[in-house]
Amino acid sequence: MHTNLKKELLEMMLRIRYFEETAKDLYKEGQIPGSIHLYTGEEAIAAGACANLKDTDYISSTHRGHGHIIARGGDLNRVMAELFGKSDGYNGGRGGSMHIATMELGILGANGIVGAGIPLATGAAFSSWLRKSDQVVICFFGDSATNQGTFHESLNIASIFSLPVVYICENNLYGVGTCIKNTSKCQQLSMRSMSYGIEGITIDGNDVMRVYEIVKKAIEKARNGNGPTFIEAETYRWNSHFEGEPDNYRPAGEVELWKKNDPISRFEKEIIKQNIMKRNEISTLHSKTKEEVDKAVKFAFESKFPDVDDVLKYVIN
Amino acid sequence: MKEITYKKALNEAIYEEMLTDQNIFIVGLDIAKYGGAFGVTEGLYEKFPNRIFDMPISEAGYTGAAVGAAMTGMRPIVELQISDWVTIASDQIVNNGANMPYLLMGKTSVPLVMRLPSGGYLSYGCQHSHSWESWFCFIPGIKVVLPSTPYDAKGLMKSAIRDNNIVIFLEHKKLYNTTGLIPKEEYIVPIGKANILKEGSDITIISYSYVINKVIKAVKILEEDNINVEILDLRTVKPLDEETIINSVKKTGKALIVQEVWKNCSVASEVSAMISEKCFDYLDHQVVRITAKESPIPFSPVLENHVLPQTEDIVAEVKKIF
Repeated sequence: MHTNLKKELLEMMLRIRYFEETAKDLYKEGQIPGSIHLYTGEEAIAAGACANLKDTDYISSTHRGHGHIIARGGDLNRVMAELFGKSDGYNGGRGGSMHIATMELGILGANGIVGAGIPLATGAAFSSWLRKSDQVVICFFGDSATNQGTFHESLNIASIFSLPVVYICENNLYGVGTCIKNTSKCQQLSMRSMSYGIEGITIDGNDVMRVYEIVKKAIEKARNGNGPTFIEAETYRWNSHFEGEPDNYRPAGEVELWKKNDPISRFEKEIIKQNIMKRNEISTLHSKTKEEVDKAVKFAFESKFPDVDDVLKYVIN
Repeated sequence: MKEITYKKALNEAIYEEMLTDQNIFIVGLDIAKYGGAFGVTEGLYEKFPNRIFDMPISEAGYTGAAVGAAMTGMRPIVELQISDWVTIASDQIVNNGANMPYLLMGKTSVPLVMRLPSGGYLSYGCQHSHSWESWFCFIPGIKVVLPSTPYDAKGLMKSAIRDNNIVIFLEHKKLYNTTGLIPKEEYIVPIGKANILKEGSDITIISYSYVINKVIKAVKILEEDNINVEILDLRTVKPLDEETIINSVKKTGKALIVQEVWKNCSVASEVSAMISEKCFDYLDHQVVRITAKESPIPFSPVLENHVLPQTEDIVAEVKKIF
């Protein structure tokens, strides 16, 4: 069952993993300016969810957005070049890690403000609904975005108009350094969508096939005009909130525990058990995705910095 | 020409543009059957029932949704019931909408009109009397217009709807029922072009929106003292029509700016600085600013009238110069 799909999902998760691990090293070396927020440990959500999208669909992303951009088909070269602040990046170095946006791939933008992308995604769904197109939107955000007014206002609006949007909350337990259990009394965040008459479900976000199947249903429902769904995908980020942050707020052993629940190794075991791939074939996939990332790094190094004379080029004044 | 109210002029502009462009839609509070708190959208829902949508009281939610719709091919018009509450929606305008064309390197635009019923002199108190042009002028990527007549209201609304960028459209509540003449045939008023309301030789008074009516009254009084004032109605405060201001100030050698809102970091500050940068050698008096006093807008008419600029303030300041 799903042999090719499973190979593709594994490959996508590996691509994201190597991209993030490489970005981490490059950031330490001082090659990437500013700050970066890594997606390592959460790959199953972006990979499983985006595998369901058509080319014409939309996504909105977050400050922890590299995984979403890559899973949506983002060119590693251009993503890495953007992290470097280079001219060949998706936004010509104007955005950086937290602001990659490109309508070529229907990416309404990563977003540096928690919860700020939720109305944009809802608006894209409203636009699709108005135009009677069959476009669907996946709106990614974190656990703490469900404490923002934009989350509640947007879900209510999406519900009123039965908009074609799938809200995916990546619950990695922490909003910066504060555990979600200290900022919400909801046992499950998916309870929150009930207030708006939206079906909510909590799933294991580290199980890529589970993510794929649930999002598939939600997208079909949205595309058929039956409105939004809220999916809480439970997961964990292996790294601190941003690179270089003193990670002093997570209990001892928690990271190690979650590393044992690595979405990639879990899926590799499953694939081997199901005789879909052999261990050496998986190793080949590791090498392939690693090489892609290495090429992206070379590309980013070779790309020119943007011309300062062009800094006002796209400003309307 | 025909006589029309300011609010009907806005209504006509929206109606005519909606007829020609199927991508235009409107969201806001009580704008469908109700026709809007000030009646601007009256009758439009009956004509376009699938393009005018009442929203929940969720300013950030529906303004952000309008930005998302604008990024994906639509041309939304947002009516915020009272402009004061744009503060609730401003993150979506400033941090999302205004940045997007830049991040997307001009390949995607955000054609969005934010209609904001604004301004004081109505005893509406400190949360229903504001006009936030100073805030939005600060943001690269946003245009800000404030028509003072039915003619400008219709012509600027058409330009705003056709513009591919975010236009903050500040409609003064005191003006909705004022009347004026407009052509029966199609016309537009371009964004970024000031209007020389009256030519004069002694001093330039630069103003915009409702308070310009107080300027006009003051100028009539000053005529009795043989002071011949040139009046500029900015109409658009971002981008500023620097050329018209500069030409006028070079001619008169004196500039006085009148605005309804507070002085600090405002349109008056910007115009004053621009005049000092570009007309310094032509000035024979320092630039004078008449603005609201730096206080929350009070409720009692006695207090509100004291805080907001009045005709007498303008007459007095001009007389000090001469």
